[in-house]
Amino acid sequence: MAHAPEPDLASGDPGDERPRWDNKAQYLLSCIGFAVGLGNIWRFPYLCQTYGGGAFLIPYVIALIFEGIPLFHVELAIGQRLRKGSIGVWTAVSPYLSGLGLGCVMLSSLVSLYYNTILAWVLWYFLNSFQHPLPWSSCPPDLNRTGFVEECQGSSAVSYFWYRQTLNITADINDSGSIQWRLLICLAACWAVVYMCVIRGVETTGKAIYFTASFPYLVLTIFLIRGLTLPGATKGLSYLFTPNMQILQNPRVWLDAATQIFFSLSLAFGGHIAFASYNSPRNDCRKDAVVIALVNSMTSLYASIAVFSILGFKATNSYERCLDRNILSLINEFDFPEQSISRDDYPAVLVHLTATQPRRVARLPLKACHLEDFLDKTASGPGLAFIVFTEAVLHMPGAPGWAVLFFGMLFTLGLSSMFGNMEAIITPLLDNGVLPRWVPKEALTGLVCLACFLCATCFTLQSGNYWLEIFDNFAAPLNLLIFAFLEVVGVVYVYGMKRFCDDIAWMTGRRPGPYWRLTWRVVSPLLLLTIFVAYVTLLARKPLSYRAWNPQYELFPSRQEKLYPGWVRAACVLLSLLPVLWVPMAALAQLLTRWKRTWRDRDVRPDTNTR
Amino acid sequence: MMVPLHSSVGVRARSCLHKNKNKQQQNTSSTKMTKLHNSMIPVLLLRNNIHVFTYIHRKENTRQKGAENAFKVRLSIRTALGDKAYAWDTNEEYLFKAMVAFSMRKVPNREATEISHVLLCNVTQRVSFWFVVTDPSKNHTLPAVEVQLAIRMNRNRINNAFSLNDQTLEFLKIPSTLAPPTDPSVPIWIIIFGVIFCIVIVAITLLILSGIRQRRRKNKEPSEVDDAEDKCENMITIENGIPCDPLDMKGGHINDAFMTEDERLTPL
Repeated sequence: MAHAPEPDLASGDPGDERPRWDNKAQYLLSCIGFAVGLGNIWRFPYLCQTYGGGAFLIPYVIALIFEGIPLFHVELAIGQRLRKGSIGVWTAVSPYLSGLGLGCVMLSSLVSLYYNTILAWVLWYFLNSFQHPLPWSSCPPDLNRTGFVEECQGSSAVSYFWYRQTLNITADINDSGSIQWRLLICLAACWAVVYMCVIRGVETTGKAIYFTASFPYLVLTIFLIRGLTLPGATKGLSYLFTPNMQILQNPRVWLDAATQIFFSLSLAFGGHIAFASYNSPRNDCRKDAVVIALVNSMTSLYASIAVFSILGFKATNSYERCLDRNILSLINEFDFPEQSISRDDYPAVLVHLTATQPRRVARLPLKACHLEDFLDKTASGPGLAFIVFTEAVLHMPGAPGWAVLFFGMLFTLGLSSMFGNMEAIITPLLDNGVLPRWVPKEALTGLVCLACFLCATCFTLQSGNYWLEIFDNFAAPLNLLIFAFLEVVGVVYVYGMKRFCDDIAWMTGRRPGPYWRLTWRVVSPLLLLTIFVAYVTLLARKPLSYRAWNPQYELFPSRQEKLYPGWVRAACVLLSLLPVLWVPMAALAQLLTRWKRTWRDRDVRPDTNTR
Repeated sequence: MMVPLHSSVGVRARSCLHKNKNKQQQNTSSTKMTKLHNSMIPVLLLRNNIHVFTYIHRKENTRQKGAENAFKVRLSIRTALGDKAYAWDTNEEYLFKAMVAFSMRKVPNREATEISHVLLCNVTQRVSFWFVVTDPSKNHTLPAVEVQLAIRMNRNRINNAFSLNDQTLEFLKIPSTLAPPTDPSVPIWIIIFGVIFCIVIVAITLLILSGIRQRRRKNKEPSEVDDAEDKCENMITIENGIPCDPLDMKGGHINDAFMTEDERLTPL
């Protein structure tokens, strides 16, 4: 067992002063910024709405209490106590667990690659928002200027701008296409911004976080106020929050609540460990854990209110335009005076006309307009931001300003999460002295950013979006669950519950109570195990497929369901296994070195009994 | 407010007689109007009552030339202007005929078109009507292709005469030329990108330079302190004039019994 320093001498590496946060606020804001990310905006509202509105909050809060906060406390405490990045921490807990730290670093690198690509997309939209009219408000005309481009006509201007003018996506993942230079330079700019903010570690991150962590809240408040004053907002909110208690019987709800809490807090990346390692040793990490977890959940709720008031407005707007189109068809067909049929009269008029002139009415392209259909047309993930919300923004007066605010908010949200990811990579590398001492920190950070940028250029290919979905679905979730399980088991059973409680008592002044001890010992590991098994079962049940954007598809603009080819499936498996494999490999390596040493010692002193 | 279906009588005295009022059909498809179903007999009465033209449109196989050359126009004045909407009366119709005649005059060989050659028909409350342009001899109507070309070339002027646009003043069968996309020579996003990127590069350079300067200052401090100590020692030995070699710690014997403070504790 490695010799862990006594609590009194836990002041960091001898000789080299460990960087510190300037004040507590920087540390809190950094952790909050890392935890609060794009998922709070585009995943939580979607889950809330799909799983019975207000009723979803019940499994969510339960998961928060029994899984989120305990795991979070473990991460902060162990990082603050051992004052190292994830590799150093887990090597100090047990040399056999050093693979856990390596796996975390690898996972953080994989996640940084695709997360910053999403930020590049956000930056592209941000740059295009500074014009009126917005470029996604209308279809471009076709070559002979008699109509609009066919692909745009078939889908919508917003979808066309996203799939064609931004991604220029191919119809199949096998078809890689060429690198999109626009996205490439946006990606370069994003990595430059990230480099600028993490160049000297917490010294620069701590200053940048003041802006990147608080700006989203400002914008969310502005959107909330604006959204609540738009017509149709209340419909969206009531649709979101109307509880449907029946849905709690579906086990999928509990699984999704648990995974949402888990990913939302950005656990098991090693980022929180890195942040906590720059704290002063005597810091109340228990209070920090509770505060940050609660702030994260409150932000999710706050964001979903803002998002859904805007989506309610959008649905009402679409519904009214649908009605207006029908009314216009009727008026044009029967030559009624303009504006003679109001939206309220429309059903009665339609009934009358269908009774008296059925054949003429039947020939008209009348669509059925139901508000619920439009409210149901929500989405999660990039679809929410780049398609649904951009369309909603089009109909708000002063659209470019709102688009700039929205994409600026998304950019700063993602940026603060990127800080955590980068610190999770850089802090362990610095601690382990990967580069010689004379190489300045700026060079190491620059090398890491450059390497990540070069690897991420594959996402700027035309099939990049498909690969990004693969990374998002396979690289992160399973590995994070395994790592979190190993973390809590490693701390409680390998490091020792008693020793851990002593450390926490030294750091915070109070021993952890029975709630903490029970969740750490039993509840959280069990929960994680259950989630992992359920996740794998669900994954194994359905074939690996993706939805492609294919203009030649018969049911265009619906996306075509295609199966992943064999080599892509192999890549998925590789991505899921690569970070986790470090754990057994490192343990094996440690075992081999131990055996070699015992054999060597036995050869040197054959008569004494060495252990 | 419900409007009786049968009344397609215009506000003014001019009216189109229909052979079969109950089976009045109007194809309202905006761009794909090609055939007229069922029979329709509009009778045109000119404002000056000089000529009466009767167009009898039978089913598709016996259609006369006139039907192909007529265009339906639909105006949405209230949608476009709201409160400032004007009422559609004969004066407006006169202006319309004037604009059409003006457009036709721009076509080569048709400079002699007069307002009286343009015939309006079947004005509804929607406001929509049919119009056709006859040639000076009043024997036949001008071919649709010419009229279409004329209208397309002068669409902007016609729209402006009525304070409407392509969507609110519709010529069914005549597709409007879409405005070319107004691309500035340098797209706006590149300009903003350039600004942001330059700021970031400058900031990175400044941070790196300040880091280098900080490190150089840190490296210079311990060496400066060392230089000062050496200088003091040299000065003392020189100034005194007495060779201080015996007093020099390096030259003299070290008293082993005397241990300095630092050496008492074993290093970690």
